[in-house]
Amino acid sequence: MSKILENLRYSDSHEWVKVDGDIATIGISDYAQHALGNIVYVDMPEVGDEVEAGEDFGAVESVKAASDLVSPVSGEVVEINEALEDEPGLVNTDAFENWIIKVRLSDAAEVDALLDAAAYAKICEE
Amino acid sequence: MKYYDKVIFELSRPGRKGYELPVNTFGVDGEKTIPADLMRQAPLELPEVSEPDVVRHYTNLSMKNFGVDTGFYPLGSCTMKYNPKINEELCNLPQFTGLHPLQDAETAQGALELYYNLQHALSSLAGLAEFTLNPFAGAHGELTGLMIMRQYHASRGDNKRIKVIVPDSAHGTNPASAMVAGLEVVEVKSRPNGSIDIEDLKPLLDDTIAGIMMTNPNTLGMFETEIVEIAKLVHEAGGLLYYDGANLNPMLGKVRPGDMGFDIMHINLHKTFSTPHGGGGPGSGPVGVAEHLVEFLPNPRVKKVGDKFVVMNGDNSLGSISTFLGNFGVMMRAYAYILTLGKEGIRNVGPMATLNANYIKESLKDDYLLPIEGVCKHEFVFDGLKDKSTGVTTLNVAKRLLDYGFHAPTIYFPLLFHESMMIEPTETESLETLDEFIEVLHKVAKEARETPELVKEAPVTTQVRKLDETKAATSPVLNYKTLKENAQ
Repeated sequence: MSKILENLRYSDSHEWVKVDGDIATIGISDYAQHALGNIVYVDMPEVGDEVEAGEDFGAVESVKAASDLVSPVSGEVVEINEALEDEPGLVNTDAFENWIIKVRLSDAAEVDALLDAAAYAKICEE
Repeated sequence: MKYYDKVIFELSRPGRKGYELPVNTFGVDGEKTIPADLMRQAPLELPEVSEPDVVRHYTNLSMKNFGVDTGFYPLGSCTMKYNPKINEELCNLPQFTGLHPLQDAETAQGALELYYNLQHALSSLAGLAEFTLNPFAGAHGELTGLMIMRQYHASRGDNKRIKVIVPDSAHGTNPASAMVAGLEVVEVKSRPNGSIDIEDLKPLLDDTIAGIMMTNPNTLGMFETEIVEIAKLVHEAGGLLYYDGANLNPMLGKVRPGDMGFDIMHINLHKTFSTPHGGGGPGSGPVGVAEHLVEFLPNPRVKKVGDKFVVMNGDNSLGSISTFLGNFGVMMRAYAYILTLGKEGIRNVGPMATLNANYIKESLKDDYLLPIEGVCKHEFVFDGLKDKSTGVTTLNVAKRLLDYGFHAPTIYFPLLFHESMMIEPTETESLETLDEFIEVLHKVAKEARETPELVKEAPVTTQVRKLDETKAATSPVLNYKTLKENAQ
């Protein structure tokens, strides 16, 4: 059974978002890392790039498959998790601890449209 | 089988040799006649070995390999049927191997006749007007087919058709080929049984759609029963239908893509027509088209004028996509296969492939999770073991199969399920082989229940034990030098 954190928001494409002021931290869920299996590469944007809600911002590649990363929110990338460049498998170790990018939100209201933990848990069950 | 991992240079000893050059009777000495600046300065580093060294080396290496000549190879989606040896015998005839692609067509009439006849055999099996045999592989055929699609719309001045619809269960080559062809990919959802959701398709069909790419049977091995309706809808919207021939085997001699409404298709000769898959090629991906698209086929083409076969170029062709006429050796094998089977034999391919797949599926569904009930075609997908409580994954089962001397099925594809195991036996396996495979998979399921750790440790009898797949992907060692450096 995969872990779902209560205080986060989720997208139906299995990304999680944690908001702190106008900064959103984005990663993939424990369910997603489990389904993908051993992750061997995380393709990330560059700091300064713009991401848009619903659009690809990178990809995660595992021994089983490659999967697009879909941004749950819009804004400017202010930080990327450089540790994943050398050790992409960290996402498997703890998907919530090992975030992928941080974004300065351009529209905070987008976060409200995302799923809460309970709604996301339902999607994972299906 | 003993472990063997040497390269031939490790066997080399200075001065050792297994040959003797004949006495030079020409009276010409290379060292005196070749200009000094063209002479090699350092000696060429060739392995110096005896004949037994060479024979043992390559025999040992060949024994590391697993192929259709060594055992059952149920790799789903790949149609690993047996490759008859008569194919090899025919394509090694010196009358063919001695040909040069630039020689006058007049002097290569036999080869051109073979090309011409194979074109026609494929056309009649596919229910399409004409084929080109030039593409080098399946995905190359896809690209060629999509270029024909583009050319068709462009020739009508219909330039806004830039999108290709691809089902979410499609082979990865479909969206990749569409991107390479400069088209945009639109995904259409599939229903739980892998067939296209018509309600999801309808709103996508506007005047920007160039066409749709499909396999039938679909990726889950199920026949797309609404294909006629889908063809009608796509055609009404002005689009074309592309048939990915990856799953043609069960249809062979029974149902023709042209009759289903497809306009363009490719055939993988290395799947359906028994030519080898080895070493990444050479393959061959002939492309067939309906009458209204014949003029766009790539150059050059082989035609019959009077009783002569000629190589010619068409004015409205999309251009050339290969050197000369493609992988001719592969075509010869496919042609030999068609003639060997004959009309009646070809008709039995699909039904036997289908029977074999259903036999395995029904025999194993008590231990393995069958997500889609019903009669499949040439292949089917299990979603791993039925009993998930043991923690034994599809990867573990696949590795354990190696211990029992079988090639593993395709795993973790399609992505519609988490633990996909895609099994395609083909028509060339005997009942005894199928029974043996079924028995072993039952045994592995039993092991998973009783001694799960054993299965998770597999393979244990192979030359190389369980590999670190993450490390293989993140820091691959691709040459001997790096291997030696790492070992030091």
